[in-house]
Amino acid sequence: MYHRYDGGGVTVDGPSLLVRKNFKETVSLSGNYYVDNISSASIDVITSGASKYSEERTEYSLAGDYLYGKSILSAGVTYSDESDYQASTYSLGVSQDFFGDLTTLSFGYALGQDDVSQNGNDDFEEEIDRHSFRVGISQIVTPRLLLAANYELITDEGYLNNPYRSYRYLSDPLDPAAGFQFAREVYPSTRTSDAASLQLRYRLPWEAAVGGQYRFFTDDWGIDAHTILVSYTHVLYEHWTLDFQYRWYSQGQADFYQDLFLFPSQDEKDYRARDKEMSEFSDQTLSFYLSYQRPLSWRYAYKAGISLQYDRIAFDYDNFSDLTEEGFLPGDEPNYSFDADVYKILFTLWY
Amino acid sequence: MKRARLLWLPPLLLVTAGCAVEPWVKPYERQHMAEAIMRFDRDPVAGAYTRHVYQAREGARGAEGGAGVGCGCN
Repeated sequence: MYHRYDGGGVTVDGPSLLVRKNFKETVSLSGNYYVDNISSASIDVITSGASKYSEERTEYSLAGDYLYGKSILSAGVTYSDESDYQASTYSLGVSQDFFGDLTTLSFGYALGQDDVSQNGNDDFEEEIDRHSFRVGISQIVTPRLLLAANYELITDEGYLNNPYRSYRYLSDPLDPAAGFQFAREVYPSTRTSDAASLQLRYRLPWEAAVGGQYRFFTDDWGIDAHTILVSYTHVLYEHWTLDFQYRWYSQGQADFYQDLFLFPSQDEKDYRARDKEMSEFSDQTLSFYLSYQRPLSWRYAYKAGISLQYDRIAFDYDNFSDLTEEGFLPGDEPNYSFDADVYKILFTLWY
Repeated sequence: MKRARLLWLPPLLLVTAGCAVEPWVKPYERQHMAEAIMRFDRDPVAGAYTRHVYQAREGARGAEGGAGVGCGCN
């Protein structure tokens, strides 16, 4: 697969290659190689006075599934490497079919260990430990209706802010005209979040299916979020598949987020964030996917497919100012917004 | 204490009774469920990438309906 993201002054592109091999119908092994080539002149980079930067992130994954009776045991390891961030994730999972295979129950655990550093500062060395627990159930309700519910608890502990990002505060809290200054963000060192989702897929009488998803998210930083997704999939002339999807996401801000603080942080427990992902905002995505698949009579492959996928995402921030707009008093700047285009080109070969 | 232990009984009975439930969707009625268009995550590589795009730009995370956690998305 080739992927490309382009929006808000940020371009990310690169390949992703997945190879999966089954052995004796009970064991499946897969390996994934993934690259992000990042070129960023985002609003955070511009307003901090830094110049456009480029970097590369490479991710390697290995995973295995073992089918034992009506259970699938899985294990995986992922390693992600970039110049100032290394992340290792180890995961275990089990899923089991019940009730005449109408119900599938699954559990999973993942441990993440990240090393955070800062380019240009050799003395900066921090760590993050992550734990994720998930449980899911999927249920065939009727010959046409499939439902699934998922819950996931994630805890993080360690250095959770971005070492490059700053918040801003008024130089003189009584006089906005005196301007503002930047200081390094101050974050809590722990975060715990809960997410629960409901999904459905319904097979229509013609060769098509509709899907829906709702997810509720809440965490101990004060962020609550809702995600709604609806999709329609249509098969055309046997080999072609069309997908249309609409996704809506909305979140409230973290307790310690402010676009403009009156005072600088007083101590390490006086948290300060001005990360736009912590602000109150919403985004909407319209997606269009076109896929083509056909059987092959090659010696080493029996099926091939190609898929072109396009997503248009519109981000609208409710309390994150666009500091590139000049001529405004601090706090009076218009809110930031931007659109992003996401392209995926996918080639698949079954062998 | 004994009473608290007994609280486990009704759900346990329900689960064990449930094991004997006759599947109400027969195997021969499940041909639609085997179709690719009925999968929640039809292209795992593209799906994982799309989740990564959102995780890096939104505060929420988890329960997306696909596997995967942890990303160097700072």
